[in-house]
Amino acid sequence: MQLIIKILRKPITSTIIAILCGFFVASIILSLAGYNSIQTINVMFNGVFSRPKSIANVIIKSTPIILTGLSVAFAFKTGLFNIGAEGQYIMGTIFAVIMGIQFDFVPYIQVPLVIFSGMIAGALYGGIVGLLKSKFGIHEVITSIMLNWIALYMSNFIANTSVFHKPNTTGTYVINESSFTQVLYKWKTSRAGIAYLKNNSFLSDILLRTDLNYGIIIAIVLAIFISFFLLKTTKGFELRAVGLNNHASEFAGIDVKKNILHSMLIAGALSGLAGALTITGMSPHNISTISVFEGNGLNGLSVALIANSSPIGCIFAGLLFSGLIYGGQSVQSEVGVPSEIINIMIGTIVFFVALTRLIPQLANVFEKKVGKKNAN
Amino acid sequence: MKKVIAVLLTITIFSTIIGCTNASNKNENNQVTVAMVTNLGGVNDESYNSSAWQGLQALSSETGTKVTYLESNQATDYLTNLDKLADQGCDLIWALGFVMADSVITASSTNPDLNYAIVDYSYDETPSNVTGVMFRAQESAFIVGYIAGKTTKTNSVGFIGGIEGNVIGQFEYGYRAGVAYASKELGKDINVAVQYIESFGDTPKAKATASKMLSDGCDIIFHAAGGAGIGVIEAAKDANKFAIGVDNDQSRLAPNNVLTSALKLVCNAVDIISTDFINGKEIGGQTLTYGLKENCVGIPENNPNMDPGVYNDAMELEKKIINDEIIPPYNKQSFEKFKSSL
Repeated sequence: MQLIIKILRKPITSTIIAILCGFFVASIILSLAGYNSIQTINVMFNGVFSRPKSIANVIIKSTPIILTGLSVAFAFKTGLFNIGAEGQYIMGTIFAVIMGIQFDFVPYIQVPLVIFSGMIAGALYGGIVGLLKSKFGIHEVITSIMLNWIALYMSNFIANTSVFHKPNTTGTYVINESSFTQVLYKWKTSRAGIAYLKNNSFLSDILLRTDLNYGIIIAIVLAIFISFFLLKTTKGFELRAVGLNNHASEFAGIDVKKNILHSMLIAGALSGLAGALTITGMSPHNISTISVFEGNGLNGLSVALIANSSPIGCIFAGLLFSGLIYGGQSVQSEVGVPSEIINIMIGTIVFFVALTRLIPQLANVFEKKVGKKNAN
Repeated sequence: MKKVIAVLLTITIFSTIIGCTNASNKNENNQVTVAMVTNLGGVNDESYNSSAWQGLQALSSETGTKVTYLESNQATDYLTNLDKLADQGCDLIWALGFVMADSVITASSTNPDLNYAIVDYSYDETPSNVTGVMFRAQESAFIVGYIAGKTTKTNSVGFIGGIEGNVIGQFEYGYRAGVAYASKELGKDINVAVQYIESFGDTPKAKATASKMLSDGCDIIFHAAGGAGIGVIEAAKDANKFAIGVDNDQSRLAPNNVLTSALKLVCNAVDIISTDFINGKEIGGQTLTYGLKENCVGIPENNPNMDPGVYNDAMELEKKIINDEIIPPYNKQSFEKFKSSL
């Protein structure tokens, strides 16, 4: 019994139990909807793990949501709910596209230029929210939801502005090739590259058939850096103190307003970076007119939630979420389950992962029972 | 560290489950599979995507072919989805909409043994395993233009387009020509007001533009403005005048105020080309164009707001177009030529 209590207290157990519960409930839902749930879940895992390519795709698609998740998690540590990650992400894509089309330098100048302009755009956009919060006390949720829509329409405006709009399409031109961040892009699209890759099925699977790019490295490095920054630096301590109790922090001499602004600037920069990396690293390398949010920022909220706002946790939560989405799409085409049911399935799994904190409490219940028995 | 272990353990569990299942997805007994990738609208968009899916379902019930689809949620999904279907042993993969034009080229070069088809796009140089599919939208636009010309009481009709370009140009000049043809037949002048709203999604702007046109004396407006066109229909409803729908039969949006619709039957084109493909016809490396002759554009059969005489005349006209007696113009140049030949 003591052993069970000990195991239940470990965070790993919570996560595993939560994921299993999620799949269990999801399979009940699938059966109710009239689908073979075991087959469906098998197809889902097959979709993720069956080929090197699909694993590569999960990693590629996780990059933006790891970064937006990091953005939400970071802001959350400072007591801010950054629902504006979506808007900051869109601003990142807009400015990356503008710079990518307007300039064409050599890659080692061009790539940083494009990525940094997306990052700065995101930072400034997040900064607006931080400024309004710190100067006038306007709640960040309201301002950032509104700013999300402004970003969406601004993106549509840019997509239709004659300088950037590609005639007879709904989007902009593709950014200049010098800004691409795919791994070995020049080589793999060259004749020699294709000829070489033809003979190597593993490499051609992950290089030629996917948009494998350097973004994931940046995301992981940043997650580690943010973790270090929050836990080991004075500034990080200040930010966390503001998040835990801003009155106490103010009393202790920490400039709360300044820290709120800084927090939103950094969170915005992370989301903007996610946008810029999507533009430089993934086809179609442009923006087009959209009517609803693509969801990279909003998925970031789920990622941060699953990770319990831990920066390092965001990496794994992002991979899990991306795997669910990518595997879910296989279910759609192979089993014929409609995407609505798949979204319910993913939602259920995320829901249970978010409930992980119930498990240690279960341990407490067990402990009490054991304690009573012993007392008797 | 604990989280790392947690995730590693989960992956181990997952992999064990997979290890027990058969990893091969390839079709046995060489059955042909046809699949499609939707654009961001999703398969239930009641327009483009759902029409194509209807076409594939019809194909499946006619020939027993296995059909499937993948929905795109983000623009970055296009390439992944086009490639993903290749793993599932699909033989012909449809890309719905010109938004996927570049992705189709990339996917077709990495999967040279598969066939791709794209709706509404024509490449300058089509790869040998890609088929472009275009519609002669000017033909249905010509017919609705003719109907508008025959029906108008104020001798003034309107056209509202989305964004100026080749595709919407087909609608505009087909329509203009249809009106001109009717005005010749009736021996009176009919004015055509043309406006572009620079968007396919801005419904309020479409409504405002349409209201202005209607108050300026137009009594029928044809729209080719995608989703924004709903605004045109709303404006016609408010003013109790007529709108002409596009792509689908839009009469249910305003049963008393939609005169007819210029249909674009993506389903039929998808069905025809997929059937040809299954029968072993060479479809790659070219752009195929479909129109009235192939029953891929047209007008609905039931038009309660239309005078039956006008409908019969329109059907006569349809026959003439099918027999190449009339060739509706598709751009400014061909329109001028058509007008002078009347």
